[in-house]
Amino acid sequence: MRSYAFERPGTVTDAVRRAGSGSAFLAGGTTLVDLMKLEVMTPDRVLDINRLPLRGLDTTGGGLRIGALERMSDVAADPRVRRAYPVLGQALDLSASGQLRTMASIGGNLLQRTRCGYFRDVSTPCNKRLPGSGCPAIGGENRTHAVLGASGSCAATHPSDLAVALVALDAKVRLQGREGARTVDLRDFYLLPGDTPHLEHDLRPGELVTEVVVPALPWARRSTYVKIRDRRSFEFALSSAAVAVRLDGDTIVEARVAVGGMGTRPWRLTAVERALVGRRATEETYVAAAATAVEGTRPLRHNAYKPELMKRTLVRALLELEQTR
Amino acid sequence: MTQHEGITRRGLLGMVGTAAAAATVPLGGGSAAAQPDTGEVTVRMTVNGTATSLTADPRVTLLDAVRERLGLTGTKKGCDRGQCGACTVHVDGRRVVSCLTLLATLDGASVTTIEGLADGDRPHPLQRAFVDQDGLQCGFCTPGQIMSAAAVIAEGRARTDDEIREQMSGNICRCSAYPGILAAIRQARTEMR
Ligand SMILES: Cc1cc2nc3c(=O)[nH]c(=O)nc-3n(C[C@H](O)[C@H](O)[C@H](O)COP(=O)(O)OP(=O)(O)OC[C@H]3O[C@@H](n4cnc5c(N)ncnc54)[C@H](O)[C@@H]3O)c2cc1C
Ligand code: SF4
Ligand code: FES
Ligand code: FES
Repeated sequence: MRSYAFERPGTVTDAVRRAGSGSAFLAGGTTLVDLMKLEVMTPDRVLDINRLPLRGLDTTGGGLRIGALERMSDVAADPRVRRAYPVLGQALDLSASGQLRTMASIGGNLLQRTRCGYFRDVSTPCNKRLPGSGCPAIGGENRTHAVLGASGSCAATHPSDLAVALVALDAKVRLQGREGARTVDLRDFYLLPGDTPHLEHDLRPGELVTEVVVPALPWARRSTYVKIRDRRSFEFALSSAAVAVRLDGDTIVEARVAVGGMGTRPWRLTAVERALVGRRATEETYVAAAATAVEGTRPLRHNAYKPELMKRTLVRALLELEQTR
Repeated sequence: MTQHEGITRRGLLGMVGTAAAAATVPLGGGSAAAQPDTGEVTVRMTVNGTATSLTADPRVTLLDAVRERLGLTGTKKGCDRGQCGACTVHVDGRRVVSCLTLLATLDGASVTTIEGLADGDRPHPLQRAFVDQDGLQCGFCTPGQIMSAAAVIAEGRARTDDEIREQMSGNICRCSAYPGILAAIRQARTEMR
């Protein structure tokens, strides 16, 4: 690990003032400490933000506001989350391990880095880690890589489960920088790799995520998260689906659909949503709608199984939702 | 990480222990321009009920600190990456992996390791249950399993076998003693009520 200065700012203003291009905020540390050990991340200053008052869950005025430093396990266990947004609670429950969920923060989760093996191995090139050095994954090991949103420069998936659920719910992130605060749709927050895969999100140097805002969506009470992985627990998604459906009798009148493990960022599937709306909630409808999801997928050598897996994950999620009617 | 292992764990930690005033040994580059202050940090915390103060390089993990500085070697280093659970301890009553916890963040915290679980000479119900139920073979993962299980039971998340398996999935057992581990948690769950 490279050496760094360790500081513990006491206020948001102080944290933002101290932050700059060579610094890194430390929340739960489950990404940052890991990647500093691997020397994938080499900040010269680590700013421990755990003393900042970015805590708490707030449901006043409808919707849900989650402080960036709330821990994954606490948010998952909160009855208000479980009741109003089951998809969020489930996405969190199915993430990482009990110990990691206790440690990891909501803000840090959204900013975790890809699990691409080349990215994590400093002895290999990687455009995301070292711009311009090349992408060994595209011609190499790419079983877990993206089939949506990849470029010739990078095909790494975004690993967060929570982000998939939040994108389905139209969540926003509140950001605080030296120039002030702003709010960004989580969907637009993540960038496509293009020619610059090292630029992953719309966060300016030194900017802090202070809060996640989930709009009110009463019918999200019928929502679910399905995750498919190489082992039953404690593993990243090969495929996942966040779905919410509003029914009028047997007819789907509104739907939200997003997938994980497929895209270079959490992937909202508006075409699938459109294919569901106005139709009867039957397996036939789900299969037909899921089929539209594979349009535009571009598999690599080892991940040709993914489009089919995405379809099946979507159908399973929609069927599981029927159980909660 | 080999560098950190080689120098920090065996050397730097020891050195800092014996010569508290020694300057930090610079490891690796860091940026040449505008050198930030990478000096040591002092952390006051409670470890297994005893007030403890440690001064260390800010890179030192809780895992290395308890093993190398405090001599509490019950906590094991498996992967050093958050992937195996062998290093599980409690911080302020919550289960964490100590390999991804920086010591520097723990000022004011209360840490419990496997050494702090027993009540004097009386083993903790989980320790007894792991013996009763053959919850181990080589024993390397066991301290982490027990620390996780203690938290899982306290959280009320050990209600069914499926729930125990899911909640314990952060603790890998290379010997695959899982059936015994499950049985041990079931046994202790009753006794800990
Ligand atoms: C073995 C293992 C398995 C895992 N499995 C899963 C899984 O199945 N699903 C899943 O979703 N995740 C998984 N994770 C990832 C885990 O969820 C993330 O590491 C965690 O959520 C990161 O949160 P943190 O608070 O620890 O972040 P940190 O490590 O503290 O920070 C992560 C990054 O975000 C920055 N940051 C943190 N907070 C802020 C803020 N408020 N504002 C601006 N920047 C900030 C940091 O500077 C750093 O770059 C796994 C991790 C491990 C180690
Ligand atoms: S897929 Fe992206 S992260 Fe992986 S090696 Fe290629 S450039 Fe790096
Ligand atoms: S040593 Fe910490 S999880 Fe493996
Ligand atoms: S008993 Fe050997 S690793 Fe679990």
